[in-house]
Amino acid sequence: MKFLIGLLTLVVVIAGVCVFLSLPWQGLVVLLVLLGAWMLLTRRGQQAAQVTGIGVSTLGQRLGSSAVIVVGIAGVVGVLVAMLAMANGYSETLRRSGGNDTAIVMRGASASEVSSVLGHDATVVIEQAPGIAKDEAGKPISSPELVVAANLPMKGGDPEQDVGSVTVRGVSDMAWKLRTNAKIIAGRKFTPGLRELVVGKGAQRQYEGIDVDRELKLGNQTWKVVGIFESNDAMESELWGDADVVGSTYRPNGSNSRSSVFVRLTGADAFEPFKASLSSDPRLQVDVDTTANYFGKQSEGTTKMITVIGIVVGAIMAIGAVFGALNTMFAAVATRAREIATLRAIGFRGVPVVVAIMLETMLLALIGGALGGLVAWLIFNGYTASTMTAGTTGQLMFTFNVAPSVLWTGIKWALAIGFIGGLYPALRAARLPVTTALRES
Amino acid sequence: MKYLHLIWAALFRRKTRTILTLVSIVAAFLLFGLLDAVRVSFAEAGQSANGAERLQTGAKLSFIQPLPQSLMTRIATIDGVKEVAHANWFGGAYQDPHNQIFTFAVSDNYLDIYPEVSVDAGEMKAYNDDLNGILAGEVLIKKYGWKIGDKIPLQSQIFPNKEGSKNWSFNLRGVMKAKDDKAFQSQMIILHWKNFDETTPYNRGNVGWYISRVKDVNDADRVAKAIDALSANSDHETKTQTEQAATRNWIKQLANIGLIVTSIMGAVFFTLILLTGNTMMQAVRERTSELAVLKTIGFSNGSVLGMVLAESVLLLLLGGVIGLGLVAVISAGLPAMSGGMITTAAVSWKSWVLGVVLALAIGIVIGALPALRAMRLNIVDALAGR
Repeated sequence: MKFLIGLLTLVVVIAGVCVFLSLPWQGLVVLLVLLGAWMLLTRRGQQAAQVTGIGVSTLGQRLGSSAVIVVGIAGVVGVLVAMLAMANGYSETLRRSGGNDTAIVMRGASASEVSSVLGHDATVVIEQAPGIAKDEAGKPISSPELVVAANLPMKGGDPEQDVGSVTVRGVSDMAWKLRTNAKIIAGRKFTPGLRELVVGKGAQRQYEGIDVDRELKLGNQTWKVVGIFESNDAMESELWGDADVVGSTYRPNGSNSRSSVFVRLTGADAFEPFKASLSSDPRLQVDVDTTANYFGKQSEGTTKMITVIGIVVGAIMAIGAVFGALNTMFAAVATRAREIATLRAIGFRGVPVVVAIMLETMLLALIGGALGGLVAWLIFNGYTASTMTAGTTGQLMFTFNVAPSVLWTGIKWALAIGFIGGLYPALRAARLPVTTALRES
Repeated sequence: MKYLHLIWAALFRRKTRTILTLVSIVAAFLLFGLLDAVRVSFAEAGQSANGAERLQTGAKLSFIQPLPQSLMTRIATIDGVKEVAHANWFGGAYQDPHNQIFTFAVSDNYLDIYPEVSVDAGEMKAYNDDLNGILAGEVLIKKYGWKIGDKIPLQSQIFPNKEGSKNWSFNLRGVMKAKDDKAFQSQMIILHWKNFDETTPYNRGNVGWYISRVKDVNDADRVAKAIDALSANSDHETKTQTEQAATRNWIKQLANIGLIVTSIMGAVFFTLILLTGNTMMQAVRERTSELAVLKTIGFSNGSVLGMVLAESVLLLLLGGVIGLGLVAVISAGLPAMSGGMITTAAVSWKSWVLGVVLALAIGIVIGALPALRAMRLNIVDALAGR
């Protein structure tokens, strides 16, 4: 019977925790307000507040064992926040790369730019579609681009063995008007027709020997780096050159062909007519997508994978931390058994005792969560990493992003661990017969 | 050993506490085992005796750049090359575009380079006789329930066929069985390069990369240089690496697995040391008078120290072995969970050794302070409860 009750509480607790973890912040505020009101307005609530006060004021004497809860939970939250920050930074970088008012056109059924080929005729037709924004000179803001890859030596590695793949994008001059967030931060733009490159800030950080006015060997061709650009998105991991020059280097017998066409639309609502006109054009067989959608789809798989790994690792660590917290709180309740029994003997009821112990544990958990989040933020916020995913040609540089939403998830986990860790000791404290507890030494 | 029952009794003096601590330790070692298996499977990718004999030759410019097929005969004539084959990336997806299957268009002698892969002689003949035939790995066959003779529709992400459609259809002619669990062919499909080259308008006599087998492993460096020398200063310069180096480089670009695993493990074990250390301190503090009694009846300082240390080491070892045992059970299901990315995730003996050593080390670190305290216990003070 006792076992059944235990099992039942466990099921209820797990269900409760699951609901709690998916709660938005408004829900927590409501919970807090309810708890506060209960503590202020009802007699039992006031009792609970008093007992909590006693417990918290004696925390200082149990510094060692309280620290176990704090550090244990800080560890869980730290790892969880770091993993989520990685996923967040990755998807954020790709998300920033696209918008709803720019569109990408590729050959039909191409999974990514590198597997798409568009002939010269097609790119000309695409540029004349309706809905494309025009620049001051009245030319459509559209950039047929060619995506290829090159191997470059990584920074700090053996130049023969440690090579990384980088995306080389052949662009037209319109690319700068199209991607307004790309800005030259050193040197100048490349001159059309010359073997010149501008390099993204991320790529410069990743590969050896890239700087303004230095020469760069791609295969057996020598290019000159003339500028560094910054865009804070996926483009920053790339090398840009003139599309015609890139084409003649990489596709000697088809230098007019491109991988994709990027266009700036007159507005987000211009996308549907733009897409409709290209899809119905018998001369073309292309896929049209907003860049927001295109880059979002690219990040989906990896983001999901990192998040799942983070949650699995976090969950296993959380199990460890829950039992650590249980241990500490059982010990705390045991040492305070007499104190608690005395309280109950003079008329305090069970509920305030339970609430007080739970609040105490959750307070420690909150401190632990905040500490873990802080450490993860200090170490990882802005930490740069790179990865290369399926369907891409080059490594993608991104920075960890310890966003408020990530920290919030960490805090929620901490509170959930504290909740479970405090519940059972609290129940035991409240259930123990007063006479037994008073006699215990 | 004669004190084992004493240590055991001390350990389970407070059952709840010991079991709760044990679960924490199990969780930590479970995580250790899983992460270490992942790390090992990445670190060992491409390392096999057969792999050491193989060289991969790709375009120096980038991995997407094709090489001319004419290079094959020239590589074959290099002294020290036993056999050379070539392959192209096909990029196949089955049913759903996201459901990617490694699919290569290969030269006819491709499987000769991989002696760890076996195909039934009759099936091999059927494959060679059918230009539109394919061979599929046994893992795939099992996963999708294919039968020999089936028509397998594959969608290429890159290459259209003659009709301009990217939906290709092939005849399944045989199964590739891996003798060595590291052979990736059991998870992939191969098709005839000739078929691929003739069908898609975009290829025109190009190959993606060459794989050559050298006669002598120690000669691999020289042969690699000789292969690269063939196309030096041409428009298709090559870069030749051993299979092992190529795989390592590829994984390094994917992510720094080692760093991620190490930092997570660092956080886990740091937390564990603190948590369990606290438990041990508590356990010894509680037993002060008992320890004093032990000393009174003649246990030496050294044996008291040893017993407390042994207690913490035993606790850690118990937790560690249970945790790693759990991993061994779970890892049987891991390859399916990772979608074939992690082929072998079984707990290797190296992981076991590392885990046990870690458990011992942590046990000693945790036990040291309480044990010293127990050793230095003054009998009179302890018995008086001071």
